[in-house]
Amino acid sequence: MSEAPDSNDGVAETPGERSEATERPQWLSDLLLIGGIVAATYAAFGVIGLLTGVGLNETVGFMRQVTFFAAVYALVVLALNLHWGYTGLFNIGVAGFMAVGVYTMAFLTASPDGSPAGLGLPIPIGVVGGMIAAGLVGLIAALPALRVRADYFAIVTLGLSEIIRLSLLSGSLRSVEIGDTEYGTGGGSGISYTPVDSVVPWLLERPVIGFAGDQLYAIGRMVGIQSSIIDGGLYTGVLILFVITFYLLLTRIAYSPFGRVLKAIREDELAARSLGKNTDRVKITVFVVGCALMGLAGILWMGSQSRVNPDSFMPIVTFYIFVALIVGGSGSNTGSIVGAFAFAAFLWQGPRFIRAIVRANVDVRPPQTIYDAVVALGSGDPLPFVGYVIGTLDELRFVLVGVVLILLMIWKPDGLLGHRKELAAATDITRRPTATDGGEPDE
Amino acid sequence: MSDTTATADANVDSTERATEKSDRSADETPDRRSVDEPILRVENLEKRFGGITAVDGASFQVERGSITGLIGPNGAGKSTTFNCITGVHTPNDGVVVFEGTDITGREPHQVANQGLVRTFQIARELPEMTVLENMMLAPKDQQGESLWRSVLPIVRRDVVEQEREIRDRAWEMLEFFEIDHLAGEYAGNLSGGQRKLLEMARALLTDPEMLLLDEPMAGVNPSLEKKLLSHIHELQDRGYTFLLVEHDMDVIMNHCEHVIVMHQGAVLAEGTPEEITANEDVIEAYLGGDV
Repeated sequence: MSEAPDSNDGVAETPGERSEATERPQWLSDLLLIGGIVAATYAAFGVIGLLTGVGLNETVGFMRQVTFFAAVYALVVLALNLHWGYTGLFNIGVAGFMAVGVYTMAFLTASPDGSPAGLGLPIPIGVVGGMIAAGLVGLIAALPALRVRADYFAIVTLGLSEIIRLSLLSGSLRSVEIGDTEYGTGGGSGISYTPVDSVVPWLLERPVIGFAGDQLYAIGRMVGIQSSIIDGGLYTGVLILFVITFYLLLTRIAYSPFGRVLKAIREDELAARSLGKNTDRVKITVFVVGCALMGLAGILWMGSQSRVNPDSFMPIVTFYIFVALIVGGSGSNTGSIVGAFAFAAFLWQGPRFIRAIVRANVDVRPPQTIYDAVVALGSGDPLPFVGYVIGTLDELRFVLVGVVLILLMIWKPDGLLGHRKELAAATDITRRPTATDGGEPDE
Repeated sequence: MSDTTATADANVDSTERATEKSDRSADETPDRRSVDEPILRVENLEKRFGGITAVDGASFQVERGSITGLIGPNGAGKSTTFNCITGVHTPNDGVVVFEGTDITGREPHQVANQGLVRTFQIARELPEMTVLENMMLAPKDQQGESLWRSVLPIVRRDVVEQEREIRDRAWEMLEFFEIDHLAGEYAGNLSGGQRKLLEMARALLTDPEMLLLDEPMAGVNPSLEKKLLSHIHELQDRGYTFLLVEHDMDVIMNHCEHVIVMHQGAVLAEGTPEEITANEDVIEAYLGGDV
């Protein structure tokens, strides 16, 4: 009588035949889903952009920005999904772990002659070092924090994140003289270093990639796209490779007995313990891994600027990441990516695109106050109001985020993809095995 | 009633059982186990919460292969005793010996891995996991529970191999409990009785020696109750040992070989169902008379 989804037992099949192969349709359909959403969105932006006279250069640049934000958000959201979506660890200190990753990377790679000075190590060592540092801070946080109840755990992580940010900001750590060199966090002005997107020029010097890159620049020149947009686009391509890697790694975790224990911890930890699962060990492992991934995501995101400062790691960053995860549906890796993309495309960059459209078509000047705008609107002239909206768009986005969250809570409380059954097993368990007991599949 | 365990022992009317409690030394060595030795022995268990002494020197033992009932009025300390045995609470005093090993104060997962697995008074299914996922969580020694084995490409093949075995075992167990038609359903959508079945089926997949069932019949309709009891008897024939807390006297009197009565944190009486029904102290405790 259950509506047991996908349990079409009509086809008798030996268990041997349905090995890894049956995982692929799910992966493939997920890939098509993500690809479809992205392609449809870009097509819509492209058509609208060109029709409304925004211009090719600006439209492509806008899409590049959307892709960049979608990719970096997807990285952090995937890591957070491992903590919160799968294990139920309410980590609201995401920004702090990102900060540890980026600052460690900055310290390891910054020039020894800089102010504050770094160690001048190669970037890959900095990236790996940053991940390890974020993981270690995660471990130090986890040992005491995982002993407290879920809501206190949230407070501990938020507190830790703020302690990290304020320490980086503090005057006493700003500059520490060791030997003849001034090390330190640089306080409010931060540390400057070689950004990680310098990987793109390095890649362009490689044989095959370099050739492909030259073609790309040539095409760009032909249709009139600035080379700076292509530079950024190539780094975004690198980010997408990282997103795919994250996704594959986390999907493997999800479809495994380890992932099953994670879900069990989220659902009822005592039940899991009573079935012989060492949940403390699993929680610490998963927290450290998630924190290391957050560190890496932070490096790939913030590390693509040439300077890092503590303002990039305000608690609000953590909340945006949560919004993206909630939009996509926590507990689903595919949902995490969809949520990150939806957040970047519609909530974050979408309003800016609308501003570009309006500016390309109407000459609007923002009025002094909203009062002037409303008065003009009342007397039949909408332009000042439009101008006001456009002028304060960056602030109004927060309102948009709030409205979307409320609508989501009403109509789709599980997020866009949160309702899906993603079964935590390394083999297909939607159908009953028929070869084992010789029994006929009933129903 | 601040009396110590002496009173509890004095009240034991079944004399041949009482004599088995001669040895009170806390340091048990595992090599002393034999076939005759009880599978579970609880001695002088004591658990205090602030000013309340929930378990006050309870001592009893459970014979291998038996169905033993643990009864008592509300607040007698039955559930706390369960929690102390299974590591949910750490007892303030006393010893719990399972299969000749002192398991006092061990973590719940360690107790479970020893082969002593429990169910809960209110079923603790994992609601947003399917019934089959719930089942597949349970088996012991799953290679894929280590992160790197689940992730690394070549080692993962062994994990997938083991997953198939686990899946097949889970299906068989679901068929045994006749809830296989619910395999793809979220456990949270099950009825109360089905959850009880699921919890027991899940506990069995851990390959336990002994099951502690906390009110397995609470909220279960009569026909399902019959089914559960027949399952319990069938499993007893396969060699499992059961200790069950239950309020339904018919279940206790008709299905348990041995009954332990707790009252105010201590063992008031133990013996066969017939002996218990004839026991004055027990009647008084249940009817609320002063002891």
